[in-house]
Amino acid sequence: MELAEIGIKFALVTIIFAISLVIAMYSTYAERKIAAFFQDRIGPNRAGPWGILQPLADGGKMFLKEEIIPTNASGFLFIVGPSLAIMTACIGSAVIPWGQKLVIGSHVIDLQVADINVGILYIFGVVSLGVYGVMIGGWASNNKYSLLGAIRAASQNISYEISMGLSIIALLLVTGTLSLRQIAEQQHSWHWNIIYQPVGFILFLVCAFAETNRTPFDLPECETELVGGYHTEYSSMKLGFYLFAEYINMFISSAVMVTLYWGAYNYPFMDWMAAHIGTNGAVILGVVLMFAKIFLFIFFFMWVRWTIPRFRYDQLMDLGWKVLIPLAIANIVVTGIVITLINR
Amino acid sequence: MEPLSNKRKVVENKPLNFLERAYLPAILQGLAITMKHFFRKPVTISYPEEKREFSENFRGMHSLKRDENGKERCTACGLCALSCPAEAITMTAAERQPGEENLYREEKYAAVYEINMLRCIFCGLCEEACPKEAIYLDGDIVPSDYLRKDFIYGKDKLVEAPLNQ
Amino acid sequence: MNTFYFIAFLSVFFSILVITAKNPVHSILYLILTFFTFTIHYILLNAQFLAIVNFIVYMGAILVLFLYTLMLMNLNKESEQPKSNLIKIAAVIGGGCFLVTIVASLRALGASSPVVLKDPGLGLVKNLGKTLFNEYLLPFEVSSVLLLSAMVGAVLLATKDPKTT
Repeated sequence: MELAEIGIKFALVTIIFAISLVIAMYSTYAERKIAAFFQDRIGPNRAGPWGILQPLADGGKMFLKEEIIPTNASGFLFIVGPSLAIMTACIGSAVIPWGQKLVIGSHVIDLQVADINVGILYIFGVVSLGVYGVMIGGWASNNKYSLLGAIRAASQNISYEISMGLSIIALLLVTGTLSLRQIAEQQHSWHWNIIYQPVGFILFLVCAFAETNRTPFDLPECETELVGGYHTEYSSMKLGFYLFAEYINMFISSAVMVTLYWGAYNYPFMDWMAAHIGTNGAVILGVVLMFAKIFLFIFFFMWVRWTIPRFRYDQLMDLGWKVLIPLAIANIVVTGIVITLINR
Repeated sequence: MEPLSNKRKVVENKPLNFLERAYLPAILQGLAITMKHFFRKPVTISYPEEKREFSENFRGMHSLKRDENGKERCTACGLCALSCPAEAITMTAAERQPGEENLYREEKYAAVYEINMLRCIFCGLCEEACPKEAIYLDGDIVPSDYLRKDFIYGKDKLVEAPLNQ
Repeated sequence: MNTFYFIAFLSVFFSILVITAKNPVHSILYLILTFFTFTIHYILLNAQFLAIVNFIVYMGAILVLFLYTLMLMNLNKESEQPKSNLIKIAAVIGGGCFLVTIVASLRALGASSPVVLKDPGLGLVKNLGKTLFNEYLLPFEVSSVLLLSAMVGAVLLATKDPKTT
């Protein structure tokens, strides 16, 4: 690889990291502000105009708080837990195509860190790895509430991974590729996959809520039953890492949903735009629109949080195993039949 | 039997139909309701900047009144301290010296008059007990502070400002 | 090649740690690391699909379940029953037999010549799928039937016994 190319990739990785961290930071602010709006309140408005410096204040507080490691906790694993959580959350962004190729002079900049041909499976693997952070942290705390939270997280993630995988299989029947770049390109202009896979999308959405531990599936950290769930014993920035990981996961899963079902960086009349404002302009517009879609999804995550109460644990398992998995399998069968009939 | 009111409602335990069991319509309904609240005007009153209007009989911080000539009305009779159910009021009486007639209305006045705002329950009994109409709970909400000793309000905080200043 | 030796060293190192670790949870965590090094081996062999499936299925699902069951068990040293000598001797004999078998089979095969793939892109999803569903269709389907029967068995075990309810 050329030196310039390596430099460009490096810059891209740094930018994406920075963006996901900033988005996670401001998700905490957005969460509080949006929660306030849903409850007819104002929300944080003291730090800076409209409270936009609130994340900095929160971060400062997190860093300055006393760091507590319980006496009987297993010290090393107690630190590994949150680090693993945030690490797995961050590496998911590597395969997401953020936009088409930018052409500047002789350089072609691919707005995707790595176009591996098993992109979806990579995302899937990273997601399935994410539960280790929660499990190790919960176990290492040597606290029964943490342990219960960890166990809940593990069984929940495994159960919903299955229906998530099955819902993706139906999508793969339509696209015929595992590469996220190719999936994104197939959805050119208005041919978004949501048109072909509405049921699959709803299944994926529900599973994404469960995988990111968001309400109504936030049983691993259910305050009413488990104090703080897996992060009961955590304080200071280690707690911050767990919370951050949740928001980064939310961002990444929104990005994945946009890429798989909502047309990624594509938008109607993109060819017309490319002809009128230049290729690069159209590409940048695509990136902006992709982020707009992602923000809409993050908003949706928060919207649902303040609408639906938490599930009971047996209801959660019933939904996962008795409703979502049969639905996903039926969706695969129907999709397969329709594709065979069309291709005949 | 004839129902007393028409509020009684017979509970139906019908099994849910398919749409209700599918759960999604109910979720959409809920989302619509929360979205309605999203655009509603917030009911919050940002306290130090905005203040809720007090009712007419609101009882807030005490003030020791002056008469129409700007003299302190309080004679340190101690009835307010006696009537106080929370025992929040203490005072020390002193005799008016010649030359202080423009300061105190009666010959006896309160040299020290302290109310512990942490004990006070704002019942207004001191106000009712006062024969000289010297104490009224017509002030604002007692502000917060960091130390307990700062909640013992002396005359410097309680007495009304002099008239012609 | 150096990468291979480094990763191979890591896999052996972590697998030794798996069996020497005192705490079962630690040994599971080392097992996870061992499987991670296997994933890297697959990537080095250009078998992307196998690598990622190993990653998802073994690291992401099976070992999570291992960890899950271990966390539910009581791992205190006091409650652990001392093992009888008979079991220890049986274990040593069994392990020795296994070692002999492995060494013998390795000697019988002789040194392996470096494997050269006819098609270096075999590990990619498309080629692998075509090979699996054309040349090896029958074994593939038979193994899927095996998995199905396991699933049916699990469901059968999980359903309630009608007599006891």
